[in-house]
Amino acid sequence: MRDVAVISWAQSPMVGDAGALNEVELIMPVVQKALADAGLESVQDVDFTCSGSCDYLQGASFAFVSGVDALGAVPPIKESHVEMDAAWALYEAWLKIQMGQADSALVYGFAKSSPGDLPSVLSLQLDPYYLAPLWPDSISLAGLQARAMLDAGVISETDMAEVVVRSRGNARNNANAQLAGDVTIDELLAQPMYVSPLRKHDCCPVSDGASAMVICTVEKARALGHPYAVIKGIDHRIESNNLGARDLTRSVSTEQAAAAAGVAQGPVDIAELHAPFSHQEIILERALGLSEDTRVNLSGGVLAGNLMMAAGLDRIGEVAMRICAGEAGRGVAHATSGACLQQNMVVVLEAE
Amino acid sequence: MAELAAVVGIGQTKYQTKRIDVSIAGLVREAARNALDDAGLDWDDIDAVILGKAPDMFEGVVMPELYLTDALGCNGKPMLRVHTAGSVGGSTAIVAASYVQSGVFKRVLTVSFEKQSESNAMWALSNPQPFSPHLNAGAGGYFAPIIREYMRRSGAPYDVGIKVATKDRKHALRNPNAHLHLEDISMAMVEESPMLWDPIRFLEACPSSDGACSMVIAHESLVGDSPRAPAWIRGTAVRSEPTMYAGREEVNPQAGRDCAADVYKQAGISDPRKDLDCAEVYVPFSWYEPMWLENLGFAPEGEGWKLTMEGVTSLDEGGDTPWNCSGGVLSSNPIGASGMIRFAEAALQVRNDAGEHQVEGAKTALGHAYGGGAQFFAMWIVSADKP
Amino acid sequence: MSEDKTGITMMDAPIYLDYNFTAGSATSRFLHGLKQGVLIGQRCPGCDAVYVPARGSCARCGVATGEDVVLSDKATVESFTIVYIPIPGNPIKPPYIIANVVPDGANISFIHLISECNNEDVRIGQRVQAVWKPESEWTYAMDNIIYFKPIDEADIDPEQIGR
Repeated sequence: MRDVAVISWAQSPMVGDAGALNEVELIMPVVQKALADAGLESVQDVDFTCSGSCDYLQGASFAFVSGVDALGAVPPIKESHVEMDAAWALYEAWLKIQMGQADSALVYGFAKSSPGDLPSVLSLQLDPYYLAPLWPDSISLAGLQARAMLDAGVISETDMAEVVVRSRGNARNNANAQLAGDVTIDELLAQPMYVSPLRKHDCCPVSDGASAMVICTVEKARALGHPYAVIKGIDHRIESNNLGARDLTRSVSTEQAAAAAGVAQGPVDIAELHAPFSHQEIILERALGLSEDTRVNLSGGVLAGNLMMAAGLDRIGEVAMRICAGEAGRGVAHATSGACLQQNMVVVLEAE
Repeated sequence: MAELAAVVGIGQTKYQTKRIDVSIAGLVREAARNALDDAGLDWDDIDAVILGKAPDMFEGVVMPELYLTDALGCNGKPMLRVHTAGSVGGSTAIVAASYVQSGVFKRVLTVSFEKQSESNAMWALSNPQPFSPHLNAGAGGYFAPIIREYMRRSGAPYDVGIKVATKDRKHALRNPNAHLHLEDISMAMVEESPMLWDPIRFLEACPSSDGACSMVIAHESLVGDSPRAPAWIRGTAVRSEPTMYAGREEVNPQAGRDCAADVYKQAGISDPRKDLDCAEVYVPFSWYEPMWLENLGFAPEGEGWKLTMEGVTSLDEGGDTPWNCSGGVLSSNPIGASGMIRFAEAALQVRNDAGEHQVEGAKTALGHAYGGGAQFFAMWIVSADKP
Repeated sequence: MSEDKTGITMMDAPIYLDYNFTAGSATSRFLHGLKQGVLIGQRCPGCDAVYVPARGSCARCGVATGEDVVLSDKATVESFTIVYIPIPGNPIKPPYIIANVVPDGANISFIHLISECNNEDVRIGQRVQAVWKPESEWTYAMDNIIYFKPIDEADIDPEQIGR
């Protein structure tokens, strides 16, 4: 496999409501910044472009088509789109580089989730005949999972609160974060239940925004003369949509992806985990086999800000930028999709 | 350098207005199972699944790859979902090919589908949005003015579209999977059908279908495991441009011209009409055949209609470069699958397996899909000959 | 309990979702113009093209459109279709004409209705002008313009429309 370098990543501020800005207006600044940070002038300077978004978040078909308006795609560009988190757009671009059809790629994800009711929208990810008509929302399903873990004795409510304390604290150093601050476990446990056993702070916020990244071959990264992080392993797996058929206290597909990506082949200095709910961060730490030496979610993770359809890509960007800054030598990024961590991607990044 | 890959299995469903006998999961599984059977393989032989379909609002299932993972035997494997509007079936096949051509995977399953009967596609395509005039008249309302401009520029006679509509429905009579089987189709019947969006008549527009299409794509090293002749993937290309920008050429889009030039170069095609034995091209409205004949370089600008009228694209008239021998999008249109059907039908032709609609001795074929405001293009060239 | 041997082939599962749409900042300026009875376009700082309605970017250049440009409500027909089929939820009775019209001063067309003429007389290059609702009914909406109607001006050469 060819080593692929992450050379730039730009993220808009994660806000609860981007107000009057539409998708194009959200995308343009991050695309321009990611290209500029990579030392590139325009989208014409990359060989491939791929994006991730979801029509249902904005309530109109072909949401991604307006994304193309933000790029400057004249003359026409080599471009594709996944109706998934942009981490999978990165995967498609990574394949194009592997097969030699591209040496560089722009990847972006965007969502304006504020116009709709996100937990209800995500309910439509379930079986359309048996489950979706009952409208079980994403928070309720995560609640089922947390309850299964508490009852199995694999976590405590204090463990969940600890995740949130760390997220809010780390997010103080993240200028784009939506939620940050000093909180204590006692303060959190004193909060009322939201969707039992989840309290409001156990759930990620809903954020509007966009993110963009430039990846390229290591040879091209060297030529551009920028610091970069190298993708050493990348794999994604999915498991059953039928929650009753899964052990919700584990994430088997994360374990499979971690093994295939080679997480255990070296020390993990940092990890960014796409855990929309506090208890899921604990599941993921275990599935990835992380030790106490690994610093997890230094950005605050998605509990501090959750750009749907870009949050997975953001995890990769966070790890890559810390490696570029010399803060870590080897890190793991994780992205998820679906109810209760149904689909998972694991990326191992290293300094050159 | 890309690894060599070939189509080793092809599976389709029967296309029809409503498949009330199967669920969405049952529909995609039927196509996938047909492809596996065709390839002499089983679910365990597949490394990854790549799924494509057009907007989620067509069925009301958000990111249906999540729901369909069980039906497609994908638990514990990678799943990726592509959406590039009408071109998605083609784009999905190209992404699936890249899984193998990258050397990362040995054998993948790709599926695309639409079950339009479970929702209201017309609504999903033009549900009223605030801040825009409520004039959405479906895809026909968008493309009819572009067709009118083509007619003005080329001076083509009024009945070119009628000829295409008739020719493709005659082709469909040879294809048991086709949705429309109009036994008594004739130019007069098309001409007398009601005008919908002038100059597009009812029989010059594609139907709305349920259906799914699937392929198994294998690495060179595993091609021998499957019994059928492989269709070698000789080139893949995509191009995109914005829907609207000042000075955009809508009749003969640059994205299509560039995409064709790219895929021809990869496959060593210098004269498409001469070097390609047949083509499956995304023609949802009849007039798009002459327009794409020009866009794809089969004819000089302004002269595509002449090829159509001379019968060059007709199997029944013995044309030298038959287009859409399967009946094309004009005869079957499960939107998300329509592009993949073009790609799969091209593969069927080069492995000499297209039954009654086989082009005799076909060795090299083009599969083509487009989407959005004729702004997203996906093409591949497959060949019986190993590169 | 009686056993129904016939298969279940269809079920109703209605989906209701509420969305609060926002127009985007560029389109908002266009809509504010409509409220005043004016068509406002925006100029691309890169290629000078004028977009209407502006949607936030010049899609050619991938940069934000900035400068507002007040446009005439006279326009040229770039192309058109006569629609014969009723569209669900659309109150307009067929056959009617929808056209891509390019307002004077703009480099791009938008879709609107053409009326006050015989459908068969409409042609590419024809000059038309907006017919507005009474001022008291103006709101932040494109249908402040009821339709465009032909005017007595010489046709524009099709190659020059929007140039």
